[in-house]
Amino acid sequence: MLAESLALTAALFIIGVIGVLIHRNAIIIFMCVELMLTAINLTFVAFSRFYGTAGQVFVVFVMTVSAAEAAVGLAIIIAIFRHRQTINLKDINLLRG
Amino acid sequence: MEPHYSLFYVFHFYLFGAISLASAITFVTRKSPVTAALWLVNTMFSLAALYVMLDAQFIGVMQVLVYAGAIMVVFLFVVMLLNLGHPSELADARGKWWKLAAGLVGLGLLSEMMVIIRTRLPEQLLVTREFNEQQLQKLNAVGTIAEPLFKDYLLAFELTSVLLLVAIAGAVVLGRGRAAGAR
Amino acid sequence: MLVQAVASVALQDHALSGTIAEWVWLLPVLPLAGFVINGLLSLSGAHFGPDDPNAPGHHPPSEGTAGAATSHGEEAGDAGDDHAVKRHRWAGATSIVGPGVLILSFLLALGIWQAMAVAHPEAPFIQSYFSWMPAGGLQIDAAFQLDQLSMVMILVITGVGALIHVFSVGYMRDDPGYPRYFSYLNLFIFFMLMLVLGANYPVMFVGWEGVGLCSYLLIGFWFNDKVNADAGKKAFIVNRIGDFGFLVAMFMLFANIGVLDFAGVSARAGDLVAGSPLVTTICLFMFLGCTGKSAQIPLYIWLPDAMAGPTPVSALIHAATMVTAGVYLIARSAFLFSLSPVASLTVAIVGATTAIFAATIGLKQWDIKKVLAYSTISQLGYMFVGVGVGAYVSGMFHLVTHSFFKALLFLGSGSVIQTMHAAYHQTHSHEDAQDMRNMGGLRRYLPITWVLMWIATLAISGIPPFSGFFSKDEILGAVFARAHGSTLASATWLGIPGGALLYAIYGIGLLAALLTAIYMTRMMLYTFHGPNRTGVEEAKHLHDAPWVMTGPLVILGILTAVGGWLNLPEVITDLIPLGPSEILSHWLEPVVGSATARVAAGATHVPPTAEEALMGVAVAIAVVGIVFAIVRLKPANVPRKRDAVPEHGFEGVVANKYYVDEGLDRAIVTPTYVLSRSFLWRVVDNGLIDGLLVNGSAAVARGFGWIGSRLQTGNVGIYAWALVVGVLAMLGAFTLR
Repeated sequence: MLAESLALTAALFIIGVIGVLIHRNAIIIFMCVELMLTAINLTFVAFSRFYGTAGQVFVVFVMTVSAAEAAVGLAIIIAIFRHRQTINLKDINLLRG
Repeated sequence: MEPHYSLFYVFHFYLFGAISLASAITFVTRKSPVTAALWLVNTMFSLAALYVMLDAQFIGVMQVLVYAGAIMVVFLFVVMLLNLGHPSELADARGKWWKLAAGLVGLGLLSEMMVIIRTRLPEQLLVTREFNEQQLQKLNAVGTIAEPLFKDYLLAFELTSVLLLVAIAGAVVLGRGRAAGAR
Repeated sequence: MLVQAVASVALQDHALSGTIAEWVWLLPVLPLAGFVINGLLSLSGAHFGPDDPNAPGHHPPSEGTAGAATSHGEEAGDAGDDHAVKRHRWAGATSIVGPGVLILSFLLALGIWQAMAVAHPEAPFIQSYFSWMPAGGLQIDAAFQLDQLSMVMILVITGVGALIHVFSVGYMRDDPGYPRYFSYLNLFIFFMLMLVLGANYPVMFVGWEGVGLCSYLLIGFWFNDKVNADAGKKAFIVNRIGDFGFLVAMFMLFANIGVLDFAGVSARAGDLVAGSPLVTTICLFMFLGCTGKSAQIPLYIWLPDAMAGPTPVSALIHAATMVTAGVYLIARSAFLFSLSPVASLTVAIVGATTAIFAATIGLKQWDIKKVLAYSTISQLGYMFVGVGVGAYVSGMFHLVTHSFFKALLFLGSGSVIQTMHAAYHQTHSHEDAQDMRNMGGLRRYLPITWVLMWIATLAISGIPPFSGFFSKDEILGAVFARAHGSTLASATWLGIPGGALLYAIYGIGLLAALLTAIYMTRMMLYTFHGPNRTGVEEAKHLHDAPWVMTGPLVILGILTAVGGWLNLPEVITDLIPLGPSEILSHWLEPVVGSATARVAAGATHVPPTAEEALMGVAVAIAVVGIVFAIVRLKPANVPRKRDAVPEHGFEGVVANKYYVDEGLDRAIVTPTYVLSRSFLWRVVDNGLIDGLLVNGSAAVARGFGWIGSRLQTGNVGIYAWALVVGVLAMLGAFTLR
């Protein structure tokens, strides 16, 4: 099952990457990032099955960090929306230097 | 090396795998954020099933509770708050050439990963199924995770809790709005 | 003293250790101190700006040949001079310091020579002062080497040098650049001494370059006249070409032998295969350096132009010392040249060709200094013939005697020029003071100079018992002896057998001797005999030079007369008991003896009767030359310079030095200018280096910066793309590895 799990993981991760590259809506991009992280969780779990429980411990951490990151990121999106009335990446270029 | 799996097991494994893959593809191709979020939830669910099948029951439960139940809910809250659900206001994805390029990049990455996956891990690190069963018996499902978490990885645990605290504070500050922030 | 303590311990048991020879370092240091002091005096008294006495207009240079603007040497008692010249402020101090350090050096040299004569050292006495270039396999020390060969050169340099310094006190008396002149002259002596005292090729090369520098400084001494400056430049540049040859020879020597000090190379010369292309190439490159420094074909062209400098400079540098450095180098490298018959033959052939070539040009020159210049080139050719056939002693012998009579000739001509100049100055005439067509009958006015210059002329023509006869005859005899059976005779040069070449060289040498006698006698006739063409008014002011100038002339005259006793051939002493024979040969035996023997090995011994016959032939030729000149060249038929008609036909070609300078100008100089200006400057420097490399690299950097700035769009989506593409690339590196 390890090989199949890893193949699935790779596929899910790539789907997430493509999603990040395609979309211009900030929220959807965020959700694609969550998908990528979930794929990584699956990797860890698949490995932990054969190589010990340390993998599952790491999944806990990944989930926690993902939650924290989602919270903060969404707060940022809200703040930007209040400011610019748009979450289209095309219009958010304050980082321009 | 791997134990023989029953047909039942294998069938359901592939079933849930297919569901999660299909859900993910559908999620990526939706235009509306709400629809996309819901399809992502579906993906999470099927992945939780996979976790359970891979002997990570606790993680499976956590996946449902935290990911599907909390994180995705927050996403939906924000979408509702910003009133992004109407198709008329939806932002398009990039043009078709961009999509093609993204597809190629993705394909490239996938093939690279497939090559790298072939690396072998040392055999000494393998643990047998019996060992896992033993652990389960001794500590029960939560204990197998809790014991390393609070013993070997204590520092990481503490740091992560600090991180959570900071994230909460940050999210509150960032989401408060201008009038409140001036004070 | 500190210096002796620093000197190498290895030679503690040399015969000369602990004697006055340990003070050999003081020999060059004294002139160096003179240079510094005189230089400071010159600078402190300098008037820059409109008061500069060297500025044009202040002392207008005379017309005519290059740099005839000598000082206005006024006699103290010469009344009626309306142009009162102010001497340099420090002229008095310079008059003491300048010649003084030289005289001190000479006395020290005498002392060292005495020590050497007593000690009879077999090996050279080497004083190593500090490690100059320790670089990996290369170990070069700043070291002086004192042996019989360098001793001979030291005595010539300091002795003749001291005499010329004293002469200069009178000659350059009223020159505004008086201390500068002496500082340069002292610097020259310093470098020349370093050249002959060097214990290894690099130290010698320092001296080699240094004398080239001083030659440039002194030739262009009156630099306000562009002709003089150009002459100095020409000398330096042509010298440089020779220096390149010397350097290449040094590199090859180091690459193949690994050491560059004379003792080391001499010891390891046996490792080299005799006659191999390697040795020949090294020697030929070294000889290229010699042709530059000693004015042989093809690099002799600077010497006639160098007559633009003051006459004592011509006497010292271009007659007695600097131009002899090439001969010294070959004698010093005898262990190398004796291993390569082809190179030795080349040296001899070039020497002989130069001797006759320059002699033909000298026949048609009217400037008295130019005659002497070509005579110098010709006599240097003789010296090279000598060292080329492996008769190193003969070459050095002729070097010594030549320094005597050539210095005498130059200084004598200096007296003549000075008095002619003074005379023209009195009458405000602008005639050329150096042209023989304006002279004539000067023996009535300059009797002492006349007698002394006749002694020198007889010497250079090879009339016994004057020194020139012995040295010149010895060279020719050596050529003849080695023409049969020696290593040279058995070698082939470009396919021609060496023996035939040597016989041909002998014949050329005789012919050149004939021409020498002719043109020297011609010079004497036109200058001192016949009617006076200077002019009635001027003739009233012609007189012998003051004793400060005539004194050294007398001493040189004596040396010229008795110099032959340095190396009397055994053939003569067997016939007439004149004194000890072959003093110089025995003196130089430890240094060049083995090399001489190696070259002459197998040469058939010339029986004494044959030798005497050869001597008789040489004397006869000299006498024929003199008589021919007296009979055919009538001083009365010589027109004054301003009435002179240009020469035609072959005579015109010879008079114009075979148009060699013009040919070189057209063949080499002008194309180089054109190449430099239109290609190297415009295309390479402006276009390639400035445009492409300097501005181009700046443009590239700016381009990269522009690209980088375009990446900072602020568009987060593009950033995500960049991220993913970067990951793709990195993973690609992993997968493809």
